[in-house]
Formats: sequence, C-alpha cells, structure tokens
Amino acid sequence: MKCHHCENQATVHLTQIINGQMHKMDLCESCAQEKGVTNPDNLSISNLLDHGVIEAEKSVQGMTCESCGTSHQDFKKGGRLGCQACYHVFRPVLEPLLDGMHAGIEHAGKVPDRYAGEAVPEVEEEEQGPTIEEQCQEIKKELHEAVEAENYEKAAELRDLLKKLENESASLT
Amino acid sequence: MFHDLFSSKSKSKAAKPTPIALSTRVRLARNISRYPFPGRAESDQKKKVLKLCISALNGVDELKNGTVVEVDDLSELDRQILVEKHLISPELSQADESGGLFLSNDRSCSVMVNEEDHLRIQVLGNGLDFSSVWDTADCLDSHIESKLEYAFDSKLGFLTACPTNLGTGLRASVMMHLPGLVMSKNMDKVINAVNLLGIAVRGLFGEGSDASGSIFQISNQQTLGESEKAIIQRLKTTLDNIVEQETMAREKLMEDDGMRLIDKISRSLGALKCCYMIQSSEAMDHLSLVRLAADFGIIPERFRALADRMFIEIQPGHVQLSAGKAIEPGQRDHLRAEFIRKEFSRLPQINLDSVS
Repeated sequence: MKCHHCENQATVHLTQIINGQMHKMDLCESCAQEKGVTNPDNLSISNLLDHGVIEAEKSVQGMTCESCGTSHQDFKKGGRLGCQACYHVFRPVLEPLLDGMHAGIEHAGKVPDRYAGEAVPEVEEEEQGPTIEEQCQEIKKELHEAVEAENYEKAAELRDLLKKLENESASLT
Repeated sequence: MFHDLFSSKSKSKAAKPTPIALSTRVRLARNISRYPFPGRAESDQKKKVLKLCISALNGVDELKNGTVVEVDDLSELDRQILVEKHLISPELSQADESGGLFLSNDRSCSVMVNEEDHLRIQVLGNGLDFSSVWDTADCLDSHIESKLEYAFDSKLGFLTACPTNLGTGLRASVMMHLPGLVMSKNMDKVINAVNLLGIAVRGLFGEGSDASGSIFQISNQQTLGESEKAIIQRLKTTLDNIVEQETMAREKLMEDDGMRLIDKISRSLGALKCCYMIQSSEAMDHLSLVRLAADFGIIPERFRALADRMFIEIQPGHVQLSAGKAIEPGQRDHLRAEFIRKEFSRLPQINLDSVS
C-alpha cells in the first residue's frame, strides 16, 4: 500500500471515527513525522485529508429533505430514503456508500422510453471507442472519486492504470 | 373463493421439476415519480398510488384476466398463505394500509403495490431459466412504464427506497436444493465464496429464514453499475458452478458411504409414511431426501413433483387452510402428519437396482 501523500510504502495506518463515520488513512514514515501523526494527542485525520468528504459529511449533518421530511439521522438509522428528492439532498454521503455497495456508481441498465433521448448520445460515443487521452481523463475522474470516497485500494489501482496508459501514449508519439 | 383461485390453477401449470434448481425469479423495484416512497407516504398518498396502479395495471397484457387483491381485505391466515406461496413478501403481508397484489392468470407474473417500493414486479419460472423469465419481466416492466412515470435518474437509474436496490432495481434469484453440499458440510464455504462475488444466499422464505430442507435462495446483491444482462450472467455463472459442486458432492457422498446415505433416505421415506406428529422443519428435511432420492433415480421421478408441492403445503398457513380454521401448533403437527401420510402412502421401497 502506498502513502496517501507520496509514492513511498505506507507503514503508518490511521483509523479515526469522526461524527460516527470511520476514516482511514495510510502514510509513510516521513509523511507521518511531518504531519505530526506520531503525537496522538493533537492528531486529527480531518486535517490530513485534502478533500471534501468530511465537509460533505458536515454539510448534511442535521439536514432534512424538504420534500418528504426524511432527515440524515432517519437515513442513517433505517437505511432507507423517503423520496426521489432525497437522492439529491443526501448525494454527498450516498456516493461513498454506493461505491462500497455496488459494482459501480453509475446506472448501466435499462432506461425508460421517456428518458431514452438523453442516453442515446452517450451510447454513440462509446461505440466510436475513446482515445487514450479520453481514457486518461476518465480514469483521472474515477481516481478523484475514489479518493473522495476514501477507497484507497481502488485509487492505487487506478493510479497504476493511469501511469501505464500515459506511458503507452508517450511511446506511441 | 380466494383460496380456490390459488390452489386449483397452480397445479395445472406445473412443469416437470428438475434436479437442483427449483425455480427462477426476477424482481424489479420501481417507484412512481413525484410520490414519496411508501415508508414516508401519508395514508392518502398511498391510497392514491394504489389507485393509480390499479388503473394502469388493468390495461397491461401480461396481467389480463388476472386477480387484484387489496391486502387490507385479507385475513391474517390469507396473508400467511400468500407468503408461503411466495406471492407476497412478509413485509407486504404486514402492510397496514393500501397494500396491493396483482396476479397474472397463470400466476407467473405478479406485482406488489406499496411494499418497500411503490411497485415490485415479479416473474417466476421453473428450473434455472433466466432468459425467458427476464424477457417477460422486461416486457411487463415496459408495459407498466408506458402508463406510469417512474422515478428515474439518468446517473443513478431507477430510484428505490433502499439504496441497495438502486439502479436496475433487479433482484434475480434461483431456489436451489443443495442437500449434497449441506451433508458434506461444504455449504458454509460456498456461502462465503459467493458472498465475496456480491451474491447472497438465504433460506426458502428469504431474509432471516433458516435452511430447512436444504433449500436456498441465491441472488445478486449489487444492482448498480452493471446492466441487467451482466448481473444475470454473473449470477448464472456462479449458479452453474454451484450446480457442478452439488453434483460432485452427491457423487462423493454416494461413493464414500453410499449405504449410510441410502439408509438416511430410506428412514426419511419411512418417517413420511408413518409419522403421527411432525413439525414443518422436520418434514422439510425428509422431503429434501425424497427429492434427492428421485434425483438419484432410486424412487420414481414423479415423487420429485410431489415433494416440491409438499414443501409449500405443509407450511403452517396451508395446514390451517386445509383444516378450515386457525389451530394450535400441537394440533397442527398432528394434522400435518395425517396429510403427509396420505400423500406418501404410495411411496415405494427404494429400488437399488436402478442406481447407476
């Protein structure tokens, strides 16, 4: 496993519960020293995370869906959403959840006829086959999402894939 | 009236049952746009949804000449029987208001209204048969969709009350009879291995039910990020694998200690022919061995169909139905035994010459 901040092997593995949510991070020895992780008294993962997951978590705290009255607490407790608007309201906390729950986070199945118009251009694009640059862009996006979702294993895989593709592209030109 | 409707026809359509895979089911979860999901809906909103569904589903080909049941109108026993027949979920049977069930004439298609989601579309088929079951469910869904506007998001797919059903809303499952894996104590290994592949294993009556009769419901867990075809294909590959493992486990049991296995089967046949008090879980374990004996060819094949029918008809609700009233568990066990003895009175001795 690689360090969250640099390319070195991670040897320090942190787990912290913030607002009832588990956050994990892997660091190498020197980054850990630098960030003061070795002193547990003033340690906070939230200071180390360079992305918005905790912000997202905070922003939906105490939030309620105006359309049906489902609160973030209701959702956490019962695991069910109240209406279609909830998917919009709770999206920031939902996305990392979906990533662990399903094979992907984007719908790849049937599309109702009345929405079919929207989906057509996407399908056409896919048929032409994306260029290496497009693939790289896509992977960068996924990588960003993986980091946001704190799925570091997936992020590492994506990073390796990205490197491979960039090398390929370089050797082609 | 209501009960005749269920018992008479379900037998007439029974196709020849096959070893290992009993039945295939596809379920699609759908919600109607702009209405809160049933868990959050007010009473009048639920009523309105049921009304909308009744008028929309009436014109759907697959459900022509079928049955519409409002759960509110059913007695406790009626509800229990529908659960035992897998026609409604335990959750819908407890619905306090505006729950509905639409059933096609041949009973292969059903739609539950106001369960966890507004609509739960279900199609059932015999044996392991995803292609025709999926095609039927897909058509039925499209027909309903032409009359009702579903809650849908182009990125997240069909929106469901529980995020575990999001996307395709598809739960594909097969009921599998796996006595070989259970007796050889390999079932836990199988469950752990398929769980890692995003596939769930449950008992005959779904979530929380035990594995009496060595019958398991095996289904996909993930619904988002893959197409319906891909989900089904992945499940199918796993199921084919399980069928292979089960076949090997049976062969090995027969090879290693065939006499003990035959003895076990034979005692079960005896118990079914001679019992005077029997609980449903014990009866199911014996029925499982009757099914296995038919698969081995040591009793006539027609007893496989009888065993399959009995798996349902010995359940508490059905026993009380035949008694015509609600009865105490002790008396139920007595009645169940009487019923089983009668049905299996013609069960022959094991014919070992036919073992290959």
